[in-house]
Amino acid sequence: MANGTISKPENRLGIVGWFYAGSFSFERYAYILHRITGLGILLYFLLHIFGSSARISGQSSWESLMHFLGKPIFVAGEYLVFIAFCFHAMNGIRLILGELGFSIGKPGRPVYPYRISLNRQRPLLVVFMIIAVIFILLGGYDFFIAGH
Amino acid sequence: MADQKEQETSVFTEEVIKEVIFRVHRFSPDDGKPPRMQDYKVPVKRGMTVLDGLHYIRDNLDSTLSYRFSCRMAICGSCGMFINNLPRLACKTQILELEADTIEVKPLPNYEVIKDLVPDLSDFFEKHRSVMPYLIREEEEEKIDPPTNEFLQTPDELERFLQFAYCTKCGLCLAGCPTVATDKVFLGPMALAQAFRYNSDTRDQGFEKRLELLCVPEGPWRCHFAGSCSEVCPKGVDPALGVQLLKGQIVFTKLGLKKPHKIAPLATEKPEAKRRPGIPEAPPRTVKKE
Ligand code: SF4
Ligand code: FES
Repeated sequence: MANGTISKPENRLGIVGWFYAGSFSFERYAYILHRITGLGILLYFLLHIFGSSARISGQSSWESLMHFLGKPIFVAGEYLVFIAFCFHAMNGIRLILGELGFSIGKPGRPVYPYRISLNRQRPLLVVFMIIAVIFILLGGYDFFIAGH
Repeated sequence: MADQKEQETSVFTEEVIKEVIFRVHRFSPDDGKPPRMQDYKVPVKRGMTVLDGLHYIRDNLDSTLSYRFSCRMAICGSCGMFINNLPRLACKTQILELEADTIEVKPLPNYEVIKDLVPDLSDFFEKHRSVMPYLIREEEEEKIDPPTNEFLQTPDELERFLQFAYCTKCGLCLAGCPTVATDKVFLGPMALAQAFRYNSDTRDQGFEKRLELLCVPEGPWRCHFAGSCSEVCPKGVDPALGVQLLKGQIVFTKLGLKKPHKIAPLATEKPEAKRRPGIPEAPPRTVKKE
């Protein structure tokens, strides 16, 4: 700050940059969803451990907790976790394949118009997202129709 | 007559097509003011690039505007900026192609700002340097520069890394990367793709040395293949491809499922260049050799 100078602006996009940084393809948003669903599943896991620990306090406290968690809002919440799980699992398999070098192609000469690894793996992304949607629909049937 | 016709149909007319507003980021460490946006009216002719627009401002409206450029033909990688919300080269982006009446020009995000549109690329180059982006040889005599002779490499071996050698170090990929957006220490797509480029070069024997530098929390495993780096790369380098191939290279080599590449031998004979018939001698030197 000496001589009236001010420090260099950091200009990092920060978390905002996860959500919007211009128009990018679906893969960028899959990246962000993967993080959010991962955190969601982790949070559910902690709540699950906490909920299951009611078992220690005996049969009656366990049953009353189960009764409480049977409310529609919790069932809907659990279904949200299931959706997050389906997306995270399917996208995770796609990422493992891509990160090990499958589905992304080989280096070649950059000839205009450029075709990049992202375009090459897109069919795989579509297939895995379709599988995720099928699981989500089947899960919905089980959560809300067959299970009741 | 023919000339006149040509002029009429040429795309390089001098005619002003429209006027756009350049909304430009201003910041100077010395004037004590916070960063702000300033508007300038710029007349646009066909074929004019964003860099031309900035030149127009500097030459006619405000000579204090600072920005980086050199080649003005997408070769030097100096003019990376955040133009209408995407990292782009100012000299490779035509104003009319943006189809907007306001052109917002900001410095590349994820880098500190030195002044106006000038990003501080020192961290970026430091990350590049940190992956040893040069050929490493085990033979003592080949470590010195220049090596004693050529290394022999086949065209196929060249193709394995050539794409990544087209990188101009413009820094756009780090400005586009969502991991770099929140993580200052992540090595980033350029340095990692360059690590793959040298690891895959048959003239190089530095894989194990680079592995120590790469198997760190800020290494390739922090990339989760958003692919934005490849989308913004102006040279078709596809750094995301390099980073993913690097991960595979590390995993499969460490598991013993992939053999290290064959090492390019040193040529035994000195290549003798013969002048092709019909090619004239070079003119005499204008500067005396010391
Ligand atoms: S990989 Fe592409 S975007 Fe990144 S520095 Fe190199 S040329 Fe620029
Ligand atoms: S001025 Fe060289 S890349 Fe734009």
